[in-house]
Amino acid sequence: MADRAGEGRAQPVKALMRNDLKQSDLTATGSPLRRYWRVFATFARNSIIRDMSFRSDFILQSITSVSWAVMNYVLFKLIYRFTTSIGPDTGWQENEFFVFLGTVWVINGSIQLLFMGNFDEFSDLIRTGGLDFALLKPIDTQFLISFPRMNWSQVPNIVLGILLVVTSMNAMWSDSSKGAWFTWWTVPAYVFFVGCGITIMYSVMISLASTSIWLGRNQNLYDFWFYITNFYRYPMEIYQRGSLGWALWGTFTFVIPILVVSNVPARVLANPLGGPWNAWEWSLVGLTLAMTLASLILSRLVFRSALNSYRSASS
Amino acid sequence: MTSAATWGSELRKWWTFFQISLNERLVYRGDFMLGTLMRFLPTLTQIFLWWAIFESLPAAVGGAGGEGGRIAGYRYGDMVAYYLLITISRAFSSMPGLTSGIAKMVRSGELKKYLIQPVDLLTCLLIQRVAHKLVYYLIATVPFALVFFLCRQFFIDGWPSAEVLAVFAMSLVLSFLLGFFLEACLGLVSFWLLEVTSLAFIYMLMNFLLSGHMFPLDLLPEWSRWLVDCLPLKYLAYFPAAVFLGKVEGEAMYWGLLIEAAWVLFFVVLSAFLWTRGLVRYSGFGG
Repeated sequence: MADRAGEGRAQPVKALMRNDLKQSDLTATGSPLRRYWRVFATFARNSIIRDMSFRSDFILQSITSVSWAVMNYVLFKLIYRFTTSIGPDTGWQENEFFVFLGTVWVINGSIQLLFMGNFDEFSDLIRTGGLDFALLKPIDTQFLISFPRMNWSQVPNIVLGILLVVTSMNAMWSDSSKGAWFTWWTVPAYVFFVGCGITIMYSVMISLASTSIWLGRNQNLYDFWFYITNFYRYPMEIYQRGSLGWALWGTFTFVIPILVVSNVPARVLANPLGGPWNAWEWSLVGLTLAMTLASLILSRLVFRSALNSYRSASS
Repeated sequence: MTSAATWGSELRKWWTFFQISLNERLVYRGDFMLGTLMRFLPTLTQIFLWWAIFESLPAAVGGAGGEGGRIAGYRYGDMVAYYLLITISRAFSSMPGLTSGIAKMVRSGELKKYLIQPVDLLTCLLIQRVAHKLVYYLIATVPFALVFFLCRQFFIDGWPSAEVLAVFAMSLVLSFLLGFFLEACLGLVSFWLLEVTSLAFIYMLMNFLLSGHMFPLDLLPEWSRWLVDCLPLKYLAYFPAAVFLGKVEGEAMYWGLLIEAAWVLFFVVLSAFLWTRGLVRYSGFGG
């Protein structure tokens, strides 16, 4: 609930685009990949400088996001006093679930660190005509509007998520045979699927942000973000009951694949059912790969066609 | 005679304030109804989350899919009903922007506007709130009624008795007053601190966790339950819902109401004290 109260408001992207990017960054010779990396690094550096110049605000934001996370942890600590798992036979027992929760923190933190604030600003860029400045730069526009302002106050949350995952994994090993299933590729696979999850969310959010070109002033994007993350905050098994539940599950797995964002990486690491995976678990992984690719391509198309309808605003 | 006349003009004055605030709010009604419906989306996930949790209760406590499973005295229906009722308590007790609004007036010097007029700031703000809340209830009744109707199955015992309903209603009105004067006090602290963001933030966190907004306070272990009972926060969300669900009944219900009223009185007095003391310090720069 009310997760968004503490979200940092990003500084206007416009200013960054006009002043902080040096021409040399944009026209640097060498491979395009390197050029993009240099611009990205400049964004990261500028954002950190900006954050550090409003230090108390930065600290307050960090504390807010960490506090929400900790309160969520407290709630589930309380719930596990009364039950052993969430959903019968799902295997989401306390330690397994806290791996899940930690994963959600890492994913949410990363999304907000990297691009959420920028997308929130995007509708302002449309309304004020500030997007003109981005269109003129010799670099991909989607890239340029996605990353200029990073929200570093989310880093503590990500670190906390990693800590929760590590300690829960540790606890899991010491009291069960789960360790046997853990191999050298488990951690790389986990990191990879966390990446997939972030990519899917990136695609969903930029598609939503793009609609503000067509619709004019958009609703606060953080509202959407809040409602969407609300669905993937818990294991997907909880929706697999009742007709409404199955409908939600189907929609958010196959149409807007946000449930796989958190479920697949957490499942790779925690392996709640133990032992070798079932066919449906493997299909879920396959689905995630396909969905990541598809959503990335689709969102690119949406952004491009939205951009075609952009008619600037009076200056 | 004269006193009657002053009373009349006082009343007219406040009535005008009330009408202005009322119309101010009615401007955005369409947007607002949709927004209220959206606000129930998190409740949807809560329904499924608790469904899954109650299904996995061990058979020893009557769980294993049975109807009898209880968590801290709550059946599955009670739990969902609790979260739904909390949305009502919050509709009364939450005061968005009150603390920061007062702080901003103090900081920017806008407060002068109230000092040179024959009106009292707190009364004025209170009347504005009442008007805003009334508009809110007027418009939000439709989405609220819809959601509660769709969720009627979760209210296992149906409507409570008229007596309980009356206490429930009174506790809601008191929770509105408590919320208002508590947050007004926080805002008035800005006479001394100027920047109350962190204070308001700590309050928000405590409120979320300890008012029962996040979960029924009955889930808390014994030792922390005692602490929560000593704080006024539980009257902002937990208490009205608990009364409705029969978690607090009989004499305890009236005692709760009395303590809630005492807390309201405490914060009324405190806010008046902070206001008079603060004005002595106030120098009214800017504006």
